[in-house]
Amino acid sequence: MVPISYYLVLSAILFSIGVAAFLIKRNIITVFMSIELMLNAVNLTFVAFSHQWSQVTGHLQVNGQIFVFFVMVVAAAEAAVGLAIIIAIFRARNTLNVDSIDLMKL
Amino acid sequence: MNDLHLWLIPLVPFAGFLVNGLLGRKFPKPVVTAVALIGALIPLLQVSALVFRFSSLTLPYIENLGTWILAGSFHANFSFQLDQLSLVMLCVVTGVGFLIHIYSVGYMGEEEGYWRFFAYMNLFMFFMLTLVLAENFLLMFVGWEGVGLASYLLIGFYFTRPAAANAGKKAFIVNRIGDFGFLLAMFLLIAHFGTLSFNEIFSQIGSHPAWQGGFLTAIGLFLLLGATGKSAQIPLYVWLPDAMEGPTPVSALIHAATMVTAGVYMIARTHVIFDRSAFALGAVAIIGTATAFFAATIGIVQTDIKRVLAYSTISQLGYMFLGCGVAAYSSGIFHLVTHAFFKALLFLAAGSVIHALSGEQDMRAMGGLRTKIPITFWTMTAAVFAISGFPPLAGFVSKDEILYQAFISPNGGKVFWAVGLLTAGLTSFYMFRLWYLTFFGERRTHDAAREEDLAAVHARSDTKLTLEAEPHAHPVHESPWVMLGPLVILAILSVIGGFMGWPEGLGGSNWFSHFLEPAVKVVRLPFEQASVALATGAANTLNVSPAGSKQVELVLALISTLVALTGWFIAHILYFAKPELPARLASQIRALYSLLSHKYCVDELYGAVIVAPILFVARWLLAALVERGVIDGGTLTAGYTAQGLGALVARIQSGNIRSYAGWLALFGAIVLASSYFGWTALWFSR
Repeated sequence: MVPISYYLVLSAILFSIGVAAFLIKRNIITVFMSIELMLNAVNLTFVAFSHQWSQVTGHLQVNGQIFVFFVMVVAAAEAAVGLAIIIAIFRARNTLNVDSIDLMKL
Repeated sequence: MNDLHLWLIPLVPFAGFLVNGLLGRKFPKPVVTAVALIGALIPLLQVSALVFRFSSLTLPYIENLGTWILAGSFHANFSFQLDQLSLVMLCVVTGVGFLIHIYSVGYMGEEEGYWRFFAYMNLFMFFMLTLVLAENFLLMFVGWEGVGLASYLLIGFYFTRPAAANAGKKAFIVNRIGDFGFLLAMFLLIAHFGTLSFNEIFSQIGSHPAWQGGFLTAIGLFLLLGATGKSAQIPLYVWLPDAMEGPTPVSALIHAATMVTAGVYMIARTHVIFDRSAFALGAVAIIGTATAFFAATIGIVQTDIKRVLAYSTISQLGYMFLGCGVAAYSSGIFHLVTHAFFKALLFLAAGSVIHALSGEQDMRAMGGLRTKIPITFWTMTAAVFAISGFPPLAGFVSKDEILYQAFISPNGGKVFWAVGLLTAGLTSFYMFRLWYLTFFGERRTHDAAREEDLAAVHARSDTKLTLEAEPHAHPVHESPWVMLGPLVILAILSVIGGFMGWPEGLGGSNWFSHFLEPAVKVVRLPFEQASVALATGAANTLNVSPAGSKQVELVLALISTLVALTGWFIAHILYFAKPELPARLASQIRALYSLLSHKYCVDELYGAVIVAPILFVARWLLAALVERGVIDGGTLTAGYTAQGLGALVARIQSGNIRSYAGWLALFGAIVLASSYFGWTALWFSR
């Protein structure tokens, strides 16, 4: 029986890696992957707590797991749109460096 | 009984205004004409229907359409009232109004903004009918303000001419001073009676015989201030002569026949208040008499045909005030009616003359028009004889009625009568002066007038002359029948209108004043008689109730006819028999002539005493200091501060995704840390 804190620590580590990668990396695709990493770190917490909750109450609790499905669906949709945008940006500007894509400033 | 539908009377012209005002620009002229005439005709038909079924009505008839304002115990309704007084006014407004609408079709036919003119005319009809029909002060005030607005719009109709635009502004502002008095009167009425309904206020006054003078005097004086503004009396008459910048039909309708009589109507309508205040009533009489005389003297030396008529209007309105001021309201209203006939006629005929001369308004450049425009000449002649007071024409009957009532009134009535009689002579003189200058002698030209102008003391009207003399000079021509028709009808009315109120002293029955009696009956109380006697000295104590007789009336009628004849005779000598005499006379009494031709310098006086200081305060204190310094300065400071702060904060939005993410992460971390350690720990941990 793995204690819940292990899952949470793992999740926190994954999320931190995602944040750090988001801040450090310059390639949009890598940034995109780091977002996915953060999302899935959260998913892991959801599943861990869901399981913990089932143990405590004595019968199956699926709320957290259903949340995970929602997150995955949104992530999939986001990936579809996001990748399309990335391709469009690459075609238009011939670069994927986030520092050079700053059209939306004042 | 509840099927009179009074609300339709004002609303139909309003519909005409909306249609012409909103869509008229795109309509062809016949459609505009049709809309405007229908808008004026339907009320006329409705009023005619009212007249025909008048005997079957129980008056006063009040039509309540619903609550307008409800605030605590105070309420004001949309309610209209029909009684003898408002019926008379309705007849005048719709009848004369419709005739002038027809006339305008001819007169304004070639003007720019034809649709605009008729939209304004219908708007005026709407407000005037509201004013006349209103059952409470507030609704009356709506009409009161509205006619001022319509008057402003129509005076400034040729708004590209600075003189017209300024005259419109002047009329509006001077009227606002009067409206201020009206407003104060309404506030006092609300404070004392808690209502603005005519009938409620009058019945409250009726049930308190002890109420004399005091606050009723204050209310009366404020109402009088309102009336002097609207009816162009001293001290607020200055706007009316300038209002002649408007098109001539407007001068006829608004500035002679209807709107300017609103003050007289209002005093007659609220006579219950004035009856209880000898002081306020005396003020009405004094202002009326003074204005009648004052304006008549100015009218003598005017050279612009419309300005002569303008001063004549002011003078005649003074007569109406005099009639009201001696508590003979029905004779004041009677003069209002007959004056509406002959003054509208005079203006329309003058318009026809101006039309015939292609825009010439200076009488010194007229003359000899009698044979060239005969119909205008004959109708104008009827009006001139009517206003000068020759029996049996309308003006004689009504003016004589007023003079007779003044003569028999207790409070210094003889003085009013004497001044009124003198004014009648002056009226006769300047009207025949106009008549001779316009229609007799040889046709004079502009250059002669200009030389005479330089020779004489006139300098003011010069600029106007060049403006008026439009280049499209046609040969002198009689106006079309669409203009002459109303002239003829009004001429007939001016001749026979007097028989409505033919005085008893001359074998008549004075039907008109008996007809009006239920609406304007003066209920004199013993208490008031005593106070009147106290106020005027003991001499009149026994003679308080009007003590006239048919003999007195007959003698007075003879005297005033003689005075009118004298005026005619002098005008005949000066302007027909010896036309070189006036100039010599003018140079002999140069100071007086100069004073008169500068209108006693009242405009200059008002300009120096009132307008200049106000302009000074407005320009330097309000505009420069408050407006530009405080208000503009304050808002600009606020604006620039926000802009500066914004520019500072805007630097955060760099467009760089990773910097956004960095901020997000930083503050996310702060939130996390603070929620973990607690806010205090965050702020006070060292």
